[in-house]
Amino acid sequence: MKPLKRIRSRTAVLPHANIDTDRIIPARFLTTTERVGLGRHAFEDWRYLADGSDNPAFELNRPEARGCGILVAGHNFGCGSSREHAPWALLDYGIQAVLSSEIADIFRSNALKNGLLAVVVSESEHRYLLDHPGIELCIDVSTGCIELPDGGRFGFEMDAFARHCLLEGVDQMGYLLQHDDAIQRHEQRVERAA
Amino acid sequence: MNAPRTLFDKLWDAHQVVPESDTAPAVLYIDLHLVHEVTSPQAFSELRARGLKLRRPDRTLATLDHSTPTLPADADGHRPYTTPEAEAQVEKLQANCREFGVKLHDWDSDARGIVHVIGPELGATQPGMTIVCGDSHTSTHGAFGALAFGIGTTEVGHVMATQCLLQRKPKSFAIHVDGELPKGVGAKDLVLHIIATIGVGGGTGHVLEFRGPAIEALSMEARMTMCNMSIEAGARAGLIAPDDTTFAWLEGRPSAPRGPDWDRAVAHWTTLRSDAGAHYDREVRIDATLVRPTVTYGTHPGMAGALDAPVPEATNDQEHRALEYMRVTAGKSIAGMPVDVVFIGSCTNSRLPDLRAAAEILRGRQVAEGVRMLVVPGSEAVRREAEAEGLHEVFTAAGAEWRVPGCSMCIAMNGDLAQPGQLVVSTSNRNFEGRQGKGARTVLASPETAAASAVAGRLSDARSVLKTSEAAA
Repeated sequence: MKPLKRIRSRTAVLPHANIDTDRIIPARFLTTTERVGLGRHAFEDWRYLADGSDNPAFELNRPEARGCGILVAGHNFGCGSSREHAPWALLDYGIQAVLSSEIADIFRSNALKNGLLAVVVSESEHRYLLDHPGIELCIDVSTGCIELPDGGRFGFEMDAFARHCLLEGVDQMGYLLQHDDAIQRHEQRVERAA
Repeated sequence: MNAPRTLFDKLWDAHQVVPESDTAPAVLYIDLHLVHEVTSPQAFSELRARGLKLRRPDRTLATLDHSTPTLPADADGHRPYTTPEAEAQVEKLQANCREFGVKLHDWDSDARGIVHVIGPELGATQPGMTIVCGDSHTSTHGAFGALAFGIGTTEVGHVMATQCLLQRKPKSFAIHVDGELPKGVGAKDLVLHIIATIGVGGGTGHVLEFRGPAIEALSMEARMTMCNMSIEAGARAGLIAPDDTTFAWLEGRPSAPRGPDWDRAVAHWTTLRSDAGAHYDREVRIDATLVRPTVTYGTHPGMAGALDAPVPEATNDQEHRALEYMRVTAGKSIAGMPVDVVFIGSCTNSRLPDLRAAAEILRGRQVAEGVRMLVVPGSEAVRREAEAEGLHEVFTAAGAEWRVPGCSMCIAMNGDLAQPGQLVVSTSNRNFEGRQGKGARTVLASPETAAASAVAGRLSDARSVLKTSEAAA
């Protein structure tokens, strides 16, 4: 994973609460055996009309939402399935960060492991962001701060380890492999007890 | 004296290889890793790219379930995969399991089936374990007092390489269910009622422990239905303390301990319950006597209520849109809505007691004209047992289709799906917009409600369907 220190981009807003992972990437696209190429199917069933053309009513299809790297989404974003295809699809589509007042556990874990910044903000800050689509934000991972265009700031909480992994681009599998001795000791202890 | 601990605390403590600290999550040991074709290929590729072996093939178990057709192979042995990609994905798992030495329940296995059905059936799922799978419904295995949760593909790779995961300890949430469920009301009704009570995100960041007399009275299959749906409240996992019901269910299963090992195991498993006075971060009390046959009326599992109760008014745009999508009117019950498709299956409700309950209602009756009904057993074992009892004949005589085991119309990625606008009464776990086919409308229900609705052609309470024919007899 590449280090991720800050993201500066405009926001696109999807205000719906409980956007589930089937919405983000429908199950029929999960037969892939690769991580790449899912961006064209992100939000497929909202995004395209029956004839395959863009659905003009879908928020992310509006001209002002094009090229926005920060997605502000309704409460409880990413609920449902554990498919990592959801963050893969969003990243491939061009989303670098998701902000919401709640983000489902497995989605958040998957997102952060792929360098997709998943950030929970307070309800009032969430309201503000939902009401102001298209503003440019700077999300600073090291300080845990979101800078607004008017100079205002929102702070956000992030697990210290998750932050460290993003900033340094830590390879978590490599980190786990370094604990091999402790893992072996655990296995021996359990086998002795059995 | 040690502080009283919850069941969850005990499971967590026993599996910490490295305890968590302010700066790092715990390294948590995983006893059993379940694998299927959809969420594993990229993880196997990662191992290959790094030149790593799969650390513990003996703690890894694979099956085919998500992308697999539920129609049988033709005379030449060709299976009707929905796309070449689906077939390639299955072949990839077969090749990966060969290469990395993983036991796969392939097409020729008499134990193949949905991953969360076969783990328990084989006795691979045991109390006190940590169990993960690249599938959110891994929470099912919590019914045995195992800490079981879904993970993403990157983490699937972590477990393959190290048998461990990096985890922060979630919070605990006790769901006390007092009293006794009324006759004709089961685990699916109860768990939908609980999700409606705590909300679709009400369990986020928490491990649920279902406890109390109504839970202790449930069969293992019913407990699996409860824990399976924990994720639908956003919970990390669901748990039920193991007891004599658990031990009796597990004894003699292929991977369960035997002889003196069994006795030792039971002695340990008996300690796996929350101590008196243990602290939970959250608690809620549910009165089982008030639960009625419960279904969903919206587009997430938290939008659920008693079948005969009026649908609540939408309180926000999202709910308004959901009612519109479902073509449901607030203030009116959804009972009586015309049904197009009925699906009995999935890791939630595809076990033998589920099929028996549905067959009981279909016996001597017909699926209504114009309704398509699919019955998909959860595993080859369930299929064999159901066929030995003649349940398949009850289903086919009633006009339902009896299929080969798999996830089928729950995730609708194998070609089993509903058409736009169709109303599906489904015993599965998710009623998200388009989950069972683009534009399809899903009502989650118990096997009894699903079967009764198939007979009536309208969303119906099984108790009234049974009563009507008693009166006619």
